[in-house]
Amino acid sequence: MNGIKYIDDGQGIINLVMDLPGSKANTMDAVFRKSLDEVVERIKKDKEKVKGIIFSSAKESFFAGGDLKELIKIEPEQASSFHRTVMHLKGQLRYLETLGIPVVAAINGSALGGGLEIALACHHMICIDHDKIRLGFPEVQLGLLPGAGGIIRTTRKIGLEKALPLLIEGKQLKPKEALELGIIEDLASSEEELIKKSIDWILANPESKAVWDQKSFRVPGGTPSSPKLAPMLSIAPAMVAAKSKRCYPAPIAILSAAVEGLQVDFETASKIETSYFTELASGKIAKNMIGTLWFQLNAITKKRPISSEKSAKVSKVGVIGAGMMGSGIAYACASRGITTYLKDANIEQAEKGKAFSEKLLHERNLKGKISEDKKIRILENIIPVDSAQPFGECGLVIEAVPEDRMVKNAVYKESEEFLPKTSFLATNTSTLPISSLGKQVKNPSQFIGLHFFSPVQSMKLVEIIVGKETSQETLARAYEFVIQIGKIPITVNDSRGFFTSRVFGTYVNEGMAMLTEGQDPAVIERAASFAGFPVGPLAVSDEVSLSLMKSIKAQTQKDLEKQGVPYPSHPADKVVDYMNQIGRVGRVASKGFYTYEKGKGKQIWDGIKEKFPKKDALPFAEMKERLLFIQSLESIRCLEENVLSKTADANIGSIFGFGFPPWTGGCLQYVNYIGLKQFCDRANELSKRFGPRFSPPNLLIEKAEKNEKFE
Amino acid sequence: MTDAYIVDSIRSPRGKGKQDGSLHQLKPIDLATQTLTALKERNHLNTSQVDDVIMGCVSAVGEQGANIAKTAVLKANWAECVPGFTLNRFCASGLEAINLGAMKIKSGWQDLIVAGGIESMSRVPMGSDGGPWAFDPETNAQTYFVPQGIGADLIANIEGFSREQVDQFAFDSHHKAHAASEKGLFSKSIVPIKDRNGFSLLDHDETIRSQCSLADLAKLKPAFQKMGAMGFDEVLYHKYPSIKSIDHVHTAGNSSGIVDGSSMMLLASKAKAEELNLPVRAKIVSVAVTSTEPSIMLTGPGPASKKALALAGLKVSDIDLFEVNEAFAAVVLKFAKDLDVPLEKINVNGGAIAMGHPLGATGSMILGTLLDELESRKKRYGLCTLCVGGGMGIATIIERI
Repeated sequence: MNGIKYIDDGQGIINLVMDLPGSKANTMDAVFRKSLDEVVERIKKDKEKVKGIIFSSAKESFFAGGDLKELIKIEPEQASSFHRTVMHLKGQLRYLETLGIPVVAAINGSALGGGLEIALACHHMICIDHDKIRLGFPEVQLGLLPGAGGIIRTTRKIGLEKALPLLIEGKQLKPKEALELGIIEDLASSEEELIKKSIDWILANPESKAVWDQKSFRVPGGTPSSPKLAPMLSIAPAMVAAKSKRCYPAPIAILSAAVEGLQVDFETASKIETSYFTELASGKIAKNMIGTLWFQLNAITKKRPISSEKSAKVSKVGVIGAGMMGSGIAYACASRGITTYLKDANIEQAEKGKAFSEKLLHERNLKGKISEDKKIRILENIIPVDSAQPFGECGLVIEAVPEDRMVKNAVYKESEEFLPKTSFLATNTSTLPISSLGKQVKNPSQFIGLHFFSPVQSMKLVEIIVGKETSQETLARAYEFVIQIGKIPITVNDSRGFFTSRVFGTYVNEGMAMLTEGQDPAVIERAASFAGFPVGPLAVSDEVSLSLMKSIKAQTQKDLEKQGVPYPSHPADKVVDYMNQIGRVGRVASKGFYTYEKGKGKQIWDGIKEKFPKKDALPFAEMKERLLFIQSLESIRCLEENVLSKTADANIGSIFGFGFPPWTGGCLQYVNYIGLKQFCDRANELSKRFGPRFSPPNLLIEKAEKNEKFE
Repeated sequence: MTDAYIVDSIRSPRGKGKQDGSLHQLKPIDLATQTLTALKERNHLNTSQVDDVIMGCVSAVGEQGANIAKTAVLKANWAECVPGFTLNRFCASGLEAINLGAMKIKSGWQDLIVAGGIESMSRVPMGSDGGPWAFDPETNAQTYFVPQGIGADLIANIEGFSREQVDQFAFDSHHKAHAASEKGLFSKSIVPIKDRNGFSLLDHDETIRSQCSLADLAKLKPAFQKMGAMGFDEVLYHKYPSIKSIDHVHTAGNSSGIVDGSSMMLLASKAKAEELNLPVRAKIVSVAVTSTEPSIMLTGPGPASKKALALAGLKVSDIDLFEVNEAFAAVVLKFAKDLDVPLEKINVNGGAIAMGHPLGATGSMILGTLLDELESRKKRYGLCTLCVGGGMGIATIIERI
């Protein structure tokens, strides 16, 4: 019983302490499952003597969930053995549940996914009432479902309508909320009280059965066949699909398993749940999501570049420029406890930047997300200044002034006057090459790009741009800093548009290219939406503004000419020029690809159809495909040109930086998902029809020939 | 091949399909039994000669469950040898019963059929039979299920029918139905429905509004806007990506009413009719059923009618009168547009918007209305068609004798 300690208190109460060796948290891995088998065997033997069972944990959390290392390996060929393993595990929990002996879950920490499922298999759930503890089913976020009884027990415990948000949205509950919802039965204030209450309950309920095993049981809120639930049932799939855009199979599978499970008895419901679980677990979307959103994402914080002062965290930061980006960066730093000097040309501007945080925090406070106390503490961390003098105390200074070399150079000079020799300087530029900006600073090895995304408070990605002269030490410290403020770093080598802007640009351009082909703008936007993108390429262009796009294009053209490289023209150029010519440059002008009339919201503008008359509609699926393909192809080029060095950076960057659909597992995982050979063939076809921008890069062709993947 | 003829057609009046409806106190079985009995009495029918009784019934559960056709045959005390069965082709069930009866006769294997339908929507509400299409989430999602009204709204949008146009159509339906009712044009078919003491419960269609005004119709709220916004509109966008948004124009006022009703027809071969000394009123010229895009759901009448016309070797212009079920105003307007039929030829005595749509019974009921009107106008050909759940469409062409 390696994973579970079997402790008999001598009075017949068995404390099953879950404590997986060599792991920070308990998971439902092979060791745990074997231990559970042994526990069940022993209890079978001691049945006469056992008076009650308590499930508890020796870890900080109660139980973390399924073993994803194992889950990601389940291919359709392993589906049947996987199905058996799951049914067996559920059978063991079911054995304990139906033994007639009281079983209590003493929940000392967060119980997510499989952990909550184990607890739900107990007759009585008590949880320590701590603000940090969470109960819930996050499976859906990785394309899975709670397959160890989570669906069938939650729906039976609190009814279909209350259970669905927990199961489908992965909503996590604090202990008090779980009690109110009826998920758990009791709260405890401490570990001692937890155990005492557990024992008391066992003694008070010597013969115990789950409510759903009692003769009088009725499903709360009714079964799916009751007329009361009918209207909700017929619209629920449409509501789920409206959110998932039909890109994700898990939400509908969860809804289905929940509804179907309530039509039948418990044991049959369990089989139905396992069938759906097996289908998802062995399917490709779950692989995409687990691979990227779990393993690659975790690796980003686990496998950091080595820093000579590994533990050195930044305690004070300087931010120059209190505009939108600077204020957002200051907020991000301050909320992680970093003293932040927010500097602008004058103190009024700097104060304005702080006011941004004040407003944000006020809203969060009103919503009950943070306490008044915390709000005040965070605000105290932001110190508006108009001089660079306090930068003398800072480990890092981040520049976020307008994209003007002169302005930037001036603020670098001013900062360097005070910045300690050991500290480093970062720029939030999104367009100017880091290496060229680095030429202007005193110590280019201690200069780096930290590309934050707007709005900073909700965008988790930071693109770290390494200039030619940037040292490994500076990179390591920048990386540490990004993690310190709770953001996700990816590392990119200096190049035009870096990684994110460059690849995202292809998405926007592709949307406009379709316009020139006479495709309906509404259909282009819808294709993007139904491919899983949060915002359509035309809507995004309006936000960015077509005049900015025009000037970036002009700058690119000029730069390339200087280097003697021909400018690669793109069908989108015609659209950008036309929109500028007629003054529809986007939201700033209150007109662009959309119209923005007060009270009417934004409506797509059909006038563009006159410029590019309607031709035969492309197949809708092909439009979706083009928007995905073009970004994957550009990402492969980035890899080829060493702009990127890691697949994970591309995948994570694409999802968290510019809304590449998570169901794909990111822009390179999408290529694996399609299959490299198939992707190559399809790219060649698209290239013939729509231009060489779809030609497969050599790296892709080579990898496809060698039967490799992007890993 | 043997031809199939309509010997007679009767129907109940349509009662408001709610608790305060005049037929609500009557069990569905009694509604079906009374129409069977009326048909028998009017034609002095020796029931032992009847080969089969077919009844359309959509929500065939509970009080309408377990083969209400055979049950009604038993309760009406018809000869023991008379079989019976219910069928469900959604809203086309009543007409499908006729079409199937005609096919039985044309096959030469049977020659006297009673066909029609029954639906007491006040007693067995729509949706009572559940079913996976709407209520099994997996099936619902996989088949892009959308309630019909939203499909009707989209049809209106695509075809460019404004709220004013669909309201105008509804206004006309009520006024045409009122005029026809006043003139006694329905009295040939309607049999009063009675309680157990023989007191009449209802002898006319209950939901016609003679005072119906455009202003009142305009006040009604769109019926499907809310559920559309909750997710159903978006389901349709997957099928119709170029639709920017759906303008919900259908209301309770320009959609078919929920009512209770039953209708029956007596169908025979010429030889059988002559043997029993029953005059025939019309020949069933052709029948057709088809299916179209299921999410918009209601575009079947055009294709089904074309199929029936082709089978009959007739042109649209050969048809004197049309009955197109007024499930929603846009359905009829689209049919008129698809086949280029002037509205003056369609539903000349109003339709389900005014008088209601008792799901399983409507098909045979409006075919009867068509027959009555061909007779009173002394016209030759009539075409009856309905839109049907799942995208289906059905049509029947008759020729007055």
